[in-house]
Amino acid sequence: MFERKGTRARFALNTRTRVTVLIAVAAIYLLGVFVWGLFMSPDAYAVHYADKFTPPGGKYLFGADFMGRNMFFRCVKGLSVSLVIGVIASLVSSVIGLVFGVASATAGGRFDKFILLCVDCCMGLPHLVLLILISYMLGRGARGVLLGVALTHWPELTRLVRAEVLQLRTTHYVQAAYRMGKSRFRVAWDHMLPHVLPVYIVGLVLLFPHAVMHEASITFLGFGLPAETPAIGVILAESMRHIATGKWWLALFPGLMLIIAVILFDVIGENLKRLLNPDSGNE
Amino acid sequence: MRLEAKQLSFRYAKGEPPILEDVDLRVGAGERVALVGPSGCGKSTLARILSGYLEPSAGKVLWNGNILPKKGFCPVQLIGQHPELSVNPRHRMSKILCEAYTPDADMIAAMGIESAWLSRRPGELSGGELQRFCIARALAPQTKFLVCDEISTMLDVITQAQIWELLLRATERRGLGLLVITHNRALAGRVCERVVSLPEINCAL
Amino acid sequence: MTSKDTPVLAVRELQISFSMYRKGLRKESLRVIRSLSLDVRKGEIVAVVGSSGAGKSLLAHAVLGILPSNAVTEGEILYKGETLTPALQRKYRGTEIALIPQSVDYLDPLMRVGKQAACAGGGPEAQRAARAAFARYGLEPRVERLFPFQLSGGMARRVLIVTAVVARPALIIADEPTPGLGAEAATETLRHFRQLADGGAAVLLITHDIDLALHVADRIAVFYAGTTAEIAPAEDFKRGRDALRHPYSKAFLDALPQNAFKPIAGAQPYAGRPPQACLFADRCPERTNACAGAVAMRALRGGEVRCIHAT
Repeated sequence: MFERKGTRARFALNTRTRVTVLIAVAAIYLLGVFVWGLFMSPDAYAVHYADKFTPPGGKYLFGADFMGRNMFFRCVKGLSVSLVIGVIASLVSSVIGLVFGVASATAGGRFDKFILLCVDCCMGLPHLVLLILISYMLGRGARGVLLGVALTHWPELTRLVRAEVLQLRTTHYVQAAYRMGKSRFRVAWDHMLPHVLPVYIVGLVLLFPHAVMHEASITFLGFGLPAETPAIGVILAESMRHIATGKWWLALFPGLMLIIAVILFDVIGENLKRLLNPDSGNE
Repeated sequence: MRLEAKQLSFRYAKGEPPILEDVDLRVGAGERVALVGPSGCGKSTLARILSGYLEPSAGKVLWNGNILPKKGFCPVQLIGQHPELSVNPRHRMSKILCEAYTPDADMIAAMGIESAWLSRRPGELSGGELQRFCIARALAPQTKFLVCDEISTMLDVITQAQIWELLLRATERRGLGLLVITHNRALAGRVCERVVSLPEINCAL
Repeated sequence: MTSKDTPVLAVRELQISFSMYRKGLRKESLRVIRSLSLDVRKGEIVAVVGSSGAGKSLLAHAVLGILPSNAVTEGEILYKGETLTPALQRKYRGTEIALIPQSVDYLDPLMRVGKQAACAGGGPEAQRAARAAFARYGLEPRVERLFPFQLSGGMARRVLIVTAVVARPALIIADEPTPGLGAEAATETLRHFRQLADGGAAVLLITHDIDLALHVADRIAVFYAGTTAEIAPAEDFKRGRDALRHPYSKAFLDALPQNAFKPIAGAQPYAGRPPQACLFADRCPERTNACAGAVAMRALRGGEVRCIHAT
């Protein structure tokens, strides 16, 4: 314990600065891909039959596919599409989770039991099966995927929010606020929101990778976005047809980009958790 | 202006042994009563019932002959043993202080609250300092009676004497009634006019 | 080898600082304990009293090596004359040095208390020792099979003590063992501490309740703002304010409900003040200009005091 002083000083940046930089870099990369893909002209990945199956190199960074389309731009565009769907679905999902969690904890009784039953049902079924079912029922396409992902990712957050609110309700300061004449709304706004918000934000960010991954999965399996959309799932599904003939770049680069995006979301979420948690916040 | 407990009983669940049974207690306006007894005799439970935090299983709490209001500001306020649990850890002290009303500068000075503390959060203040805020917060204009549940047990003796000095001054000026729960007999004798032993009035024991 | 006079625990010029974030990304070091020195000998109970924030619990955590990771310590802690390194702390914790915590919340809620007590030593021998200890504290064998939540208040206190003493530690640290207890229960707990000390252990009793300390301790150390203000035999505290040395200890006695119940004004200063000057000066009735200079601990009338005016 007496040597600790020296080892601490060696780190030029303190933990909080490092964590903040890490979050910023990850967020900038994801936002960059998202915006670039959103405003990309379709000419960037237009068909050039002359260049079909060009391996990765100078002109084609990630190579070209069976129609001679530039894989790099297609990947960026595809990831952007996947991100849009993932983020929107997560947002919808998180709002459902927040509303159900708060309602469940405050209403109690039968309503609480009903919500918990829904949570258990949703978590008991395999995620992917439920997703495919909903997406298929809604006629696939962007709408089907979006609703499918949105309707299957709320249970974890519902549980977290419910537990947080239940715990808050028993605290002395919340009870004291009631005895001092504060209305239910004032107590929720003044006392509960500041505690629930960090839980919600971290939960939301940690939902993103799940949603993006699941969107890509069901699209890959053919139950998601239509084949003409440049989505990561579609690109990966196409690449499977050529992998046997040695066109490795068609699968490797889109897969890598997807994995990197998912990991970065996780990095942001986990580090936000460290910053917002009062126990680890002073490290 | 009197606080009465009529035939109060309390048990956590049906079938479990009662913690309080047929407790009768009456504290008049401006009266200071100490409630003493060993740990586990139901002192804190009685405090929470009298200040409306808990519903009694049987019997009633009367304020001026009426049932204690369930909604709105409760004229009987409770100050607890752990000030750090009674304040929202994410709020600033200035916000905590104004939970029920906005205390004026005289009040803040009388409670020995320094202006520098107002911009801090609860984690940055000591127990004694936080307890001053809890007392100031509970001394709203509508407050008529204070229940003090071991409010100085966790404090050192100098802070304890400071807290009681300012609390007694404030309650005397406004003629507030006081129910003081403590295991410290010397303290009970110092601050109260009458000492009630809970085991003697609690039929559950 | 340790001679007979080597204290079981010797704390020499201990300093503890915390690095904390002030505004945004700026990190600051906050010194909460400065130049703290204290000895605890075999068969002796030393009570540490002082207001919250004086650094009482931090001393206990430093000895046990369980300070949070953002704490930086300087100075020396010696156990039987040997410097306590993190490795030694891990080795001695629970066997040679034991902690008696405040409540059963510190026990594993899912393990039967008999098993938890035996865990402290390890092996079948520990199991026998645990059984004997349960009997010694008047706990029936059936108590061993209970879970912590099933214990009544009185049992819980005895179980906590048993769990700490099964391995027959040479140093016992009790951190605020009695707040909220009735007079009888507190007296019973303290009687156990006296027995442990008479049995040859060194006991460090941390409390804010000077009443308790008076009843059971051999010596009392008064902490103020992260330093020791006075270390004196408990007898001096019983004899009244004139037998004491430091104005803060005197103020402590004056504030007791059974004495004058008169507090001094002001509050303990925060961490981060200049290290040399007297920290009590701005509340002290005897303050002079000299109090702004260095004030060191010095021996006086069989005790120690950190005040230049004390006689």
